[in-house]
Amino acid sequence: MTRGGPRVPDDRMMPSDERLRPPQWEEGRSGPPHGVFSVIGKRNRKVEGLAKVTGRAIYTDDITLPRMLHGKLLRSLHPHARIRSIDVSEALARPGVHAVITGKDLPEYFGIIPWTQDEQALCEEKARYVGDAIAAVAADTELLAEEALRRIRVDYEPLPAVMDIETALAHPEWKVNEKAKDGNVSKHVLLEFGDVEGELAGGDEVVECEYWYEGSTHTPIEPHCCVADFDATGFLTVYSSTQVAHYLHRDLAKVLGLPTQRIRVIQPVVGGAFGGKSEPFSLEFCAAKLSMQTGRPVKILYTREEVFYAHRGRHPMRMRYRTGIRRDGTLTGVDARIHIDGGAYSSFGLVTTYYSGQLLTAPYRMGAYRFDSTRVFTNKPCCGPKRGHGSVQPRFAFECQLDKLAERIGMDPIEVRRKNFIGENTHTVNGMRVTSNGFLECLEAVERESDWKRKFRRLPYGRGIGVAGSMYISGTNYCIYPNEMPQSGVQLKLDRSGRATVFCGASDIGQGSDSVLASIVAEELGLGLGDIRVVAADTDLTPVDLGSYSSRETFMVGNACLDAARKLRLQVQEALAERWGCRPAEVTLAGGEAVCARDPQKHTMSVQEAFQVAEARHGTLGSVGWYQSPKLGGDYRGGTIGASPAYSFTAHAVECACDPETGFVAVERVWIAHDCGRALNPVTVEGQMEGSAYMGLAEALLEEQVFKPAAPHHGAGLHHGPSLLDYRIPTALDVGDMRSLIVESVDPEGPYGAKEAGEGPLHPSVPALANAIYDALGIRCDRLPFSPPRVLRQLREAGARAQWERARDQIATAAGASESARRGPTPAC
Amino acid sequence: MTSTPTTVCRLRVNGDVRECAVTANSTLLEALRYGLGLTGSKQGCDKGDCGACTVVADGVAVLACISLVLAYHDGPAITTIEGVAARGAPHPLQDAFDRTGAAQCGFCTPGILMSAWALLAREKQPSRETIARALSGNLCRCTGYTKIFEAVELAAAELRAGEASRASAAPAPSAVTGTRGTGS
Repeated sequence: MTRGGPRVPDDRMMPSDERLRPPQWEEGRSGPPHGVFSVIGKRNRKVEGLAKVTGRAIYTDDITLPRMLHGKLLRSLHPHARIRSIDVSEALARPGVHAVITGKDLPEYFGIIPWTQDEQALCEEKARYVGDAIAAVAADTELLAEEALRRIRVDYEPLPAVMDIETALAHPEWKVNEKAKDGNVSKHVLLEFGDVEGELAGGDEVVECEYWYEGSTHTPIEPHCCVADFDATGFLTVYSSTQVAHYLHRDLAKVLGLPTQRIRVIQPVVGGAFGGKSEPFSLEFCAAKLSMQTGRPVKILYTREEVFYAHRGRHPMRMRYRTGIRRDGTLTGVDARIHIDGGAYSSFGLVTTYYSGQLLTAPYRMGAYRFDSTRVFTNKPCCGPKRGHGSVQPRFAFECQLDKLAERIGMDPIEVRRKNFIGENTHTVNGMRVTSNGFLECLEAVERESDWKRKFRRLPYGRGIGVAGSMYISGTNYCIYPNEMPQSGVQLKLDRSGRATVFCGASDIGQGSDSVLASIVAEELGLGLGDIRVVAADTDLTPVDLGSYSSRETFMVGNACLDAARKLRLQVQEALAERWGCRPAEVTLAGGEAVCARDPQKHTMSVQEAFQVAEARHGTLGSVGWYQSPKLGGDYRGGTIGASPAYSFTAHAVECACDPETGFVAVERVWIAHDCGRALNPVTVEGQMEGSAYMGLAEALLEEQVFKPAAPHHGAGLHHGPSLLDYRIPTALDVGDMRSLIVESVDPEGPYGAKEAGEGPLHPSVPALANAIYDALGIRCDRLPFSPPRVLRQLREAGARAQWERARDQIATAAGASESARRGPTPAC
Repeated sequence: MTSTPTTVCRLRVNGDVRECAVTANSTLLEALRYGLGLTGSKQGCDKGDCGACTVVADGVAVLACISLVLAYHDGPAITTIEGVAARGAPHPLQDAFDRTGAAQCGFCTPGILMSAWALLAREKQPSRETIARALSGNLCRCTGYTKIFEAVELAAAELRAGEASRASAAPAPSAVTGTRGTGS
């Protein structure tokens, strides 16, 4: 049934059967503690909101420490060059310069995935992309540090530059990354589930097309920043704009050779991340090392240009899909061949390569599935996880395939998606467990709200509507490094003042995880949100949470917090029940009051008094909670990658207006329906849905993280426009009307039934727009971005207008007429 | 060491008069953030592309990262995000941003708020298009702008309602709009 890829140790991540489980509650996790929710589901403010709107929130660059120095990194001007020698003497001799370090000072390799640690904080032997860090300087000011960089002499021996997938595969001898086992191949995964060729042969139609997904980058408005402070006791404190304080903590210890208990990582308020701050960067190691050498705090703030070169964004992917369908609309086989341009290092690439295949298998049932994915190294900034890691690209291709298949058999594209709905409480073809699933409701919502039936194939030339669906994970079921400890921990302190403090390693990057923690504590203990302090992402103070990636925070942190808060609630209920002579379950804590349901007039007190009664009964009040997902996934190598305790589902309808004269495409309206399990706070869920759709549509229309090939007048590898003016992210004038439609399937294992909302809603926006453009103009946009020159070029190809008319005629006569479908010409590619 | 000559720059910021040492090429943003400790204004690009550094000078939204600070010596009254809340109470615009979820990561928020604040000081009932134009120099990467538009509209409505109720309580024709104007 299942054929695995090459057996390599990097896939051995199966968690054991006896892993730690948090307590199971009789009443389950999805309901309210006292019959009705008082905090959850309300349009509450975020706990840190007022600090942000009044300018009081402290971001990393807002920190200035006494005697602080400023660090700067020297970056390679060559895409690929051996470093023969580095002479720093002149730089070091300059006044105001306190230290200069090179690769020899930080030789230890690191990397977010333990099996592919192929990066050094500063290149020792070779530079692998324009912008690769070579040396670092600490000086009195940024300006002096920058001047010192110009005095560093590096003797380079240029090597052939590998600038694209084809060259990487054609020239394995031009090895970009010496840690690669096989030429320039970073990772190869081949998995097959069922008989793909048999399924394809048994269907009525097969569509085969090639797609290109261009790279894009996160562009958080806050550039990466780090302040490191090594004190006289030999203790290192690192403030960093990171979304993974725990992993940074571990890698700092490894690279700097310090014990982890001598390092404290603090994540101040983070100004956007989107996956772009989910692994350690050169600046954190260099600031720390420079601080260790000088005995003074050191700050490094990346320039905007450096942020573009630091990258770790969306992988460019070339994808060839063969997809089959029966005339009744049933999907048969799906065959994917994917090439991934990874840039110079591995980053999360092992996971990206799996995700490019593993996350496609819902919300539709497929007869059989095969994917053959290869990630290659090239001499460009390293790609990594960007919102919807690894699965946005194949989702684009597959949802376009579905649109083409629907047209082949003359079926409405929403109907085809409905027909192949995988259902609830089932398993996907690759062995992923699916529990709650609100995808049908999502489809219905966008169909209804967009007035789909009256618009699809019925709008005038130049206007169109398209649909697409998707699924995404709510966290993965294993930690990045193998261990049996909880994935998320929460500590809760209850004070006799009536105040609660919740400690958690969770990383709030703007998505609202601090508010998730506070809301759960407030709901369980009857407190107001203002009575709760959240202390997050400080490795000295907070129990480990793995960080903000894989859309894991709401689900995993939420569950850990629910666990901690419930333990305390039971203690309070028990103490009051004793006093009031009732059963603990009859004591409710809500809205600042503790009440006995049996005699609410007589037995009532404030929660503050209730905490005091409980403290007198049990001693000092505090609790810990944790979450560890159950063992999940398919029973094959790599079968845990993509396995999640819960999946979110999304459907989008996009309506666009295209100008056939200029090729300009404007998104007028987007209907975003997302099954988030339960919206703990609808405002923040909508914010995630709108932000996701915005980011997806920006990738579809505007953004290109691309680099210059070699040319006579410049070297290869320069970014085309590393600024916020040239790399065009949408302004307030470039966005259409976005309508958020929340669907709640109430997941049995999510905290109060919640699932993710931060990444899933990005996926369908790109293919829904591509399908809308086809509806508007009769051209298939199989390459990103759908920019005016590209659209115009396709429009000028013969037959575009005729194709548009054929598509309309087909739907006009199709309603049940399979004959016309058979005639349908529709050359898909 | 070649020391860059410094000079004292006197700024009128948020109603205070403050002095700090600057060089001829210091920007207003550097002086505010590192000279005066007003870190609410953010640096996102340092070249006038993103708008996170926006402050208001004499009623006009300006990009502090590409403004030379010496041009403001004894010059126009500057309002930064720290000066928008009155006596610790959030301004209706700040409150609306908080209620509607218009601030996610919050890094662009101070700049966007200052652009919106300058807009509402000159237009009481801006259309959505006017709002979008006024904010088009401020990039936000989190929200997709939808909730920001809602916040500005909500604040405008509340400011108008506040003005109407004040007018009916004490019918003074010169009743202020609720935004503390910087120059008018």
